[in-house]
Amino acid sequence: MKGVINSFQSLGTLDGPGLRYVIFMQGCPLRCINCHNPETWSLDGDKYDLDDIYARIMRYQNYICNNGGVTISGGEPLLQWEFIAELFSKLQKSGIHTALDTSGIGDLNGAKEVLKYTNLVICDLKFSSQEEYSKNCKADIGRVLNFIELTEKEKIPLWIRHLIIPGITDTASSINAIVKIAKGYKNLEKFEFLPFKKTCIPKYKELGFPFPLEQNDECPNTLIEKLAKSQMIPLLTHFND
Amino acid sequence: MNYDAWENFNGVNWKKEINVRDFIQTNHTPYSGNEEFLEDATERTKKLVGKLDELLDQEQKSGGVLDIDTDTVSSLTNYTSGYLDKNLEIIVGIQTDKPLKRGVNPFGGLNMTQKACEAYGYKLSDKVKNEFQYRTTHNDGVFRVYSDEIKAARNCGIITGLPDAYGRGRIIGDYRRVALYGIDVLIKNKTNDKTMLGNQEMNVENIRQLEELYQQIAFLGKLKKMAKIYGYDISNPAQNAKEAIQWLYFAYLGAIKEQNGAAMSLGRVSTFLDIYIERDIKKGILNEKSAQELFDDFVIKLRMARHLRTQEYNELFAGDPLWITEAIGGMSENGNTLITKSSFRMLHTLYTLGTSAEPNLTILWADSLPEKFKRYVAKVSYDTAALQYENDDIMRPEFGDDYAIACCVSAMRVGKDMQFFGARANLAKLLLLSLNGGRDEMSGTQVAPKKAPYAGEYLEYEKVLECMLFYREWLAKTYVNAMNIIHYMHDKYAYEKTQMALHDTVVHRFMAFGVAGMSVLSDSLSAIKYAKVKVLRDGNGLIYDFETIGEYPAFGNDDDNVDSIAKEQVTLFINELKKHRTYRDAEHTLSILTITSNVVYGKKTGATPDGRKAGAPFAPGANPMHNREKNGALASLNSVAKLTYDICKDGISNTFTIVPDALGHTLEERYKNLVTILNGYFNSKAHHININVLNKETLIEAIAHPEKYPNLTIRVSGYAVNFHKLSKTQQAEIMSRTFHESI
Repeated sequence: MKGVINSFQSLGTLDGPGLRYVIFMQGCPLRCINCHNPETWSLDGDKYDLDDIYARIMRYQNYICNNGGVTISGGEPLLQWEFIAELFSKLQKSGIHTALDTSGIGDLNGAKEVLKYTNLVICDLKFSSQEEYSKNCKADIGRVLNFIELTEKEKIPLWIRHLIIPGITDTASSINAIVKIAKGYKNLEKFEFLPFKKTCIPKYKELGFPFPLEQNDECPNTLIEKLAKSQMIPLLTHFND
Repeated sequence: MNYDAWENFNGVNWKKEINVRDFIQTNHTPYSGNEEFLEDATERTKKLVGKLDELLDQEQKSGGVLDIDTDTVSSLTNYTSGYLDKNLEIIVGIQTDKPLKRGVNPFGGLNMTQKACEAYGYKLSDKVKNEFQYRTTHNDGVFRVYSDEIKAARNCGIITGLPDAYGRGRIIGDYRRVALYGIDVLIKNKTNDKTMLGNQEMNVENIRQLEELYQQIAFLGKLKKMAKIYGYDISNPAQNAKEAIQWLYFAYLGAIKEQNGAAMSLGRVSTFLDIYIERDIKKGILNEKSAQELFDDFVIKLRMARHLRTQEYNELFAGDPLWITEAIGGMSENGNTLITKSSFRMLHTLYTLGTSAEPNLTILWADSLPEKFKRYVAKVSYDTAALQYENDDIMRPEFGDDYAIACCVSAMRVGKDMQFFGARANLAKLLLLSLNGGRDEMSGTQVAPKKAPYAGEYLEYEKVLECMLFYREWLAKTYVNAMNIIHYMHDKYAYEKTQMALHDTVVHRFMAFGVAGMSVLSDSLSAIKYAKVKVLRDGNGLIYDFETIGEYPAFGNDDDNVDSIAKEQVTLFINELKKHRTYRDAEHTLSILTITSNVVYGKKTGATPDGRKAGAPFAPGANPMHNREKNGALASLNSVAKLTYDICKDGISNTFTIVPDALGHTLEERYKNLVTILNGYFNSKAHHININVLNKETLIEAIAHPEKYPNLTIRVSGYAVNFHKLSKTQQAEIMSRTFHESI
């Protein structure tokens, strides 16, 4: 079996617990205004054999076997759910922790197959309303929530991430609404605010795509720290643990 | 032997023979707790550090050298006593009569000493010049014998940094012996050895050894006299912790008064000293505060050690280093840890006295080190960027559990092994010389024997390897010859009398060769093999540049296609060196280490097929070339780990820089992740790593506002430097290195 992969990062420490080997898959059905990986939108790219990928990961066994693991990101990895399910199954058999970093948009049956072999789901909850999802991602919030409910049903530990974009998602009402949704899930382990950054601009330039948020301000890290510590939010992000 | 000073010490063997290892094994108290017991600096320590900081500031403002005694030749008993502050100091003794004042040491070479004085606006006195008019220096001896070929190889930079104009260093005296046994026992032992040897056949080896023993004994006597100048009698064993540190330090001080070797490493002393500290604490004559004060005062002394160097030397070894390397940690062969509370105390000096490049604190990492110690050193690395790490699990099987590190990465059994230091050969230049039929690509001069240069328009891998075969043989032969000459002359004219007196009489010798430009060579060969490389020739047919078309796998991405080339090239070179007999039948070893000479080597090397421009710096040590790592930090570490210790027994240096954010969110997460990286790296059988956790922006700001970062320390190679002591070029090279970032 083959997967279409954009790139590899052998040392990730932010996408799951411990040291992570991170694989960025190609292909994404969304076109979020804030997307920082536009190079992964297309499903065209380098194809890799599953066994080769497995062998490649196992070269880092010494690093990822203790509290770390593998994180599949993208793109939207669920577009290639068959490949991921098979890879995760193989990794779990070798005792490697598996994490899926997803937007939650994907074939629910495919997702179910992947979750069988998933130790952790990291899901982006970008907005709290259908209106915003339509406007900024051209996507259906219902599908995201259905996916998260599935992780709850399957009792997979869940981290929810939410990007703070100044002028768009930084209002108190917006933050409260997101936190309220996240808090509703029993399998929620962590809630994390991420700061909006514009480091992806060169990638857009290279691809010749316009970056919709080029004129927006970046979110200062201090705001994230403030939010994390704020009493308004009952769930602390791991900035504070 | 038995002394009151040994009261309450266990063990038998170390009392019958000189055997410091046995003393440690039978007496040390392993510690697996955390750092909470440590005490902050006392008011006294703070005052003394304040005085030192003032002097360091003055030294920096005077262009790097505070003062030079141009009238006195440095030796053990040639200066009166000197102090930083006589009333405050607990441990005494400095190299000359004033702190940070440098002595002159022309035994390595008179010209170099003159040049070094002049570089800082001083003039070597006529008195010293006259004295040395009738002496042969090490440098004189070497150049009397060097062949034209060796001189040419040296001039074009295919072999650089040879210790033919400065002290070779890299010898670690077992300074602990003076504390444990006192000088008189050591003299008695050496005298017995001399008597026994005197009864044997008088051949060249034995005659030389006899004369060396004579000198060793004489200098043990001088060491005693030197201590007397400071009011101490070190004939007998040290009675308590303070004396143990003082005796040990006197021995080290004697060594650095006598020798100006490049690396004057300390050894492995913390756990040894801990035995005395534990005994004193039990007796109630020492508490934690005063124990830390002893370490603080000892380290203040080490931080004041200085040698006078020439500008050329500073280019190779930037930042005024002395490699006062102290190996901390490791495990015993019986499975106990050698971590003691004093391992922590030594590291804690980076907080009590502030961060510093010296001593060169080196953690001997083992998988089974206590977890709390691992977390503590990760924190210290994170806070100070002053530590390096070496793999105890691969060195212990080779060297046992009482070895130390000379310079950056050279392991030796303390008091039992010594080495002949040999700088390094430039492998990238070897490739270019091979393509050009023995001509230097920079000057066009015929340096090596003439052969037909590479003929085609495009480089073919097999043909290139064949060209290299002949010139590798030539380089290895020339290199071994140069080394044999250097070390014959060093033994003859600048023998390390104090340090060798603190070794067993029969020692094992290594001849430590080295290579530079390993990743440039590997990437170049990879480009030739996997991309298309067109040669560019000038009017005289000299290949001076290349056009590389297409992509090639670069070293540092965990790609076996190129990583195997790296390993093969290193193996071929050491095997070639081994074909030539060495002086005193030393064991050939190899290091992949550049110090800061990666900049100088680059300057002397033309453009290479990997796309590196003529004159551009190499990556340091075994590092992948800057910013060619595309798969993240661990892929880079995996590539380096493939260079195995069995072929590079003198060490494989890797300098790793990561931005704090890339290690995780919280501080605890970052320490934990750093520990996991180190565990993973060393369990992959890698040998060495320098850890820097810092942002490039910090360095940029430090250049703009040096006053805000007076003590900014950074690991550059197998040692740390104060960032401001580097030249502009060296600073720029460090900024261009890969900073592993988060994604």
